[in-house]
Amino acid sequence: MPDPLHLAVALERTGWHPASWRLPAARPSELLTARYWTDLVREAEAGTLDFVTIEDALGLQTDRPDGPDERTDHVRGRLDAVLIASRVAPLTSRIGLVPTATVTHTEPFHISKAIATLDYVSRGRAGWRVQVSGRAHEAGHFGRRTLPVLDPGSLNSSEAVSAIQDLFAEATDYVEVVRRLWDSWEDDAEIRDAATGRFIDRDKLHYISFDGKYFSVKGPSITPRPPQGQPLVTALAHAPIPYAFAAGSADLAYVTPGDADHARKIVAEIPIPHVFADLVVFLADTEQEARDAKDRLDTLDRTVYTSDAAIFTGTPAQLADLLLDWQAAGLTGFRLRPARLPDDLVAITRGLVPELRRRGAFRSSYEASTLRGLLGLSRPANRFLEGARVA
Amino acid sequence: MPKQIHLAAHFPGVNNTTVWSDPQAGSHIEFDSFVKLAQTAERAKFDFFFLAEGLRLREQGGQIYDLDVVGRPDTFTVLAALAAVTTHLGLAGTINSTFNEPYEVARQFASLDHLSDGRAAWNVVTSWDAFTGENFRRGGFLAEADRYTRATQFLATARELFDSWPADAVVADKDSGVFLRDGSVGGFRHTDQHFDIAGRFNVPRSPQGRPVILQAGDSDGGREFAAATADAIFSRHGTLVEGQKFYQDVKRRLPAYGRSRDSLKVLPAATFVLGDTPAEAQEKAAVVRRQQVSGATAIKLLEQLWNRDLSGYDPDGPLPSIDPDISDAHIARGRASVRMNRDPVAVAREWRSKAEAEKLSIRDLIIETTNRQTFIGTPATVAASINDLVQQDAADGFILVPHVTPGGLDEFADTVVPLLQERGVFRTEYSGPTLRDHLGLEFPA
Repeated sequence: MPDPLHLAVALERTGWHPASWRLPAARPSELLTARYWTDLVREAEAGTLDFVTIEDALGLQTDRPDGPDERTDHVRGRLDAVLIASRVAPLTSRIGLVPTATVTHTEPFHISKAIATLDYVSRGRAGWRVQVSGRAHEAGHFGRRTLPVLDPGSLNSSEAVSAIQDLFAEATDYVEVVRRLWDSWEDDAEIRDAATGRFIDRDKLHYISFDGKYFSVKGPSITPRPPQGQPLVTALAHAPIPYAFAAGSADLAYVTPGDADHARKIVAEIPIPHVFADLVVFLADTEQEARDAKDRLDTLDRTVYTSDAAIFTGTPAQLADLLLDWQAAGLTGFRLRPARLPDDLVAITRGLVPELRRRGAFRSSYEASTLRGLLGLSRPANRFLEGARVA
Repeated sequence: MPKQIHLAAHFPGVNNTTVWSDPQAGSHIEFDSFVKLAQTAERAKFDFFFLAEGLRLREQGGQIYDLDVVGRPDTFTVLAALAAVTTHLGLAGTINSTFNEPYEVARQFASLDHLSDGRAAWNVVTSWDAFTGENFRRGGFLAEADRYTRATQFLATARELFDSWPADAVVADKDSGVFLRDGSVGGFRHTDQHFDIAGRFNVPRSPQGRPVILQAGDSDGGREFAAATADAIFSRHGTLVEGQKFYQDVKRRLPAYGRSRDSLKVLPAATFVLGDTPAEAQEKAAVVRRQQVSGATAIKLLEQLWNRDLSGYDPDGPLPSIDPDISDAHIARGRASVRMNRDPVAVAREWRSKAEAEKLSIRDLIIETTNRQTFIGTPATVAASINDLVQQDAADGFILVPHVTPGGLDEFADTVVPLLQERGVFRTEYSGPTLRDHLGLEFPA
């Protein structure tokens, strides 16, 4: 029997295919409502998935690499992902909630307490998908720096490589600061000692005194250490610089292999507890129906849909075969990107999940109450404790 | 019809008003405490729930201040979660305009307004101290004199972003394939002393158009800022004469901005102690004051005026005979109140002679001179006082600050609110779904 694998679903708009909003089951006019996101996350929870991720960006969606477009036929506009996750947290109980938050223009102090608070309101189910923004137009929303326009066609130019290295170096410092802030309160810092009148033992609060090239942060956090100690840090990576970032900073990486051999090579570059492969999925009762579904959407969009991740079209049983095959290459799980919502999400929870359970490859009920627990990760010791690992 | 009263619930804060040592006191960080207070406020048909914020832990004498509650959640994140467990209650949060950027704050408030179906409010605060700045990328970059300029420009920029999407921008017509009415929606360009930004905003217009704007400044600049931009102003003037003076002063500034008297609500912060008889309420109030001001707290509060280490003094003994240190470096950092005593030497003399005349110890004196409860009495007398202050234009309502977390509002909700409702001065049901409905504010065009 194989090791159980882990499954996450990446929630985005009405699904990852840009024409998915036009399908009968799509709910494009509800994308800005709490009900929409709650329904999706509850469906994922009914399927005992490990977690959902929620996409986000500090700019309007665009189909151009170099800035905003003026298209009127694709979904535009979105809500802050951390706040969606938080809004859904009290209405769910077991599934992990992993919003995307950008590090490039934001404050590590704010993101640290936001994810810590998500961990409080979800009672230990918070994670974070760290996003680096190399988009020049997003920099223009902040007016604090200018970034070169990074054209996907010339990412190997020395200017582009240097800019990317810089962005990821900043992200590395950022995650370090966030992690130190999470640990800046020891778990038992609140003492409520009536005899001395002290609410906290201040010796158990720590200045993090981070002083780096991009920012300095003194600490401690204003938010006590969250329930998981360290909420789950995750990152999507497609190339050596982000692989190195994920290996050094994340607990879990999402990668985009084209096949099992490719997956094996990538996994070797990211020696951390979890490496998940991303897959866009079109699921149907027959392989032909799944292909037809994609073709119809491509026709509607007058463009053949492509993705940074591999695109799967087939039945839940075929997908189960593929996941188990790739798992053998060293992946610990998968983040599935439903091409159509809710259709492909429902096919995952009611088709793929039972199939994997029949093969003994997926849980039949939640075995832990925290996200780290579901991923087999222990609650880490505080880095500021005597004898703990110094970061 | 008499004036209608507005009420808000302030989650107990990180100062000595909050009595964490009370046997009833619960967690200040677990989500259940926030749920409990918010649901009590909603059960009582309050206008909104309010969260304060401070972005650096307070220090005194170079050490983290440990006598009061320490630790709070992230404002946006906890309010978004509260939107899931309430249906009508406004959700107001303090967000700093110095250590944030307009694009990010605007998208967070617009998101909160969507996720709460129109219940978001923003208490705009400014700070400029380098002490708080040590936690942020830019550090303490702002001169004190620039703080309202920054806040005004921040708010103006955020408004442009909120207004960048017309209400009917999203069509989402599956048949025709038209999602957006206009492909350039959300466009903005803003240049001033503090901000030089341009691009596309990414959150479509929210149910309230813009969040309700709250403001708490008391200086002339703060009042002018409120008159120009705010929908409600917090004040610390909860008595009849002081309240009326403040109320008139703020309301008279409105016409200059083309605004009506009703478009800005004056909401003083207020504490309360209830009893079955007036005497019992007074006794309970005295007990609470002693809980709020322990001997250790009395010394620390005295240090804030004296600006000296007074740890060697006995809280049950007389006041120090030495004068306050009036040098610039202040012993307490990270709290707004330390700048309120403009002439510490004179205040210290006043306190000393009062203590000598009335035979007060340090602790007695601090209890006498600081933050006595606003309303002390039976539910009937407290309801009458609140109503009188509102009907006589000392306020439009109150922000109630319970001293115990999270159950400190229960008794008020159960006993005082029904009396206000009987008088016909407080709603028995919400008249609409949004916070603008509760406050009687117009929807922005």
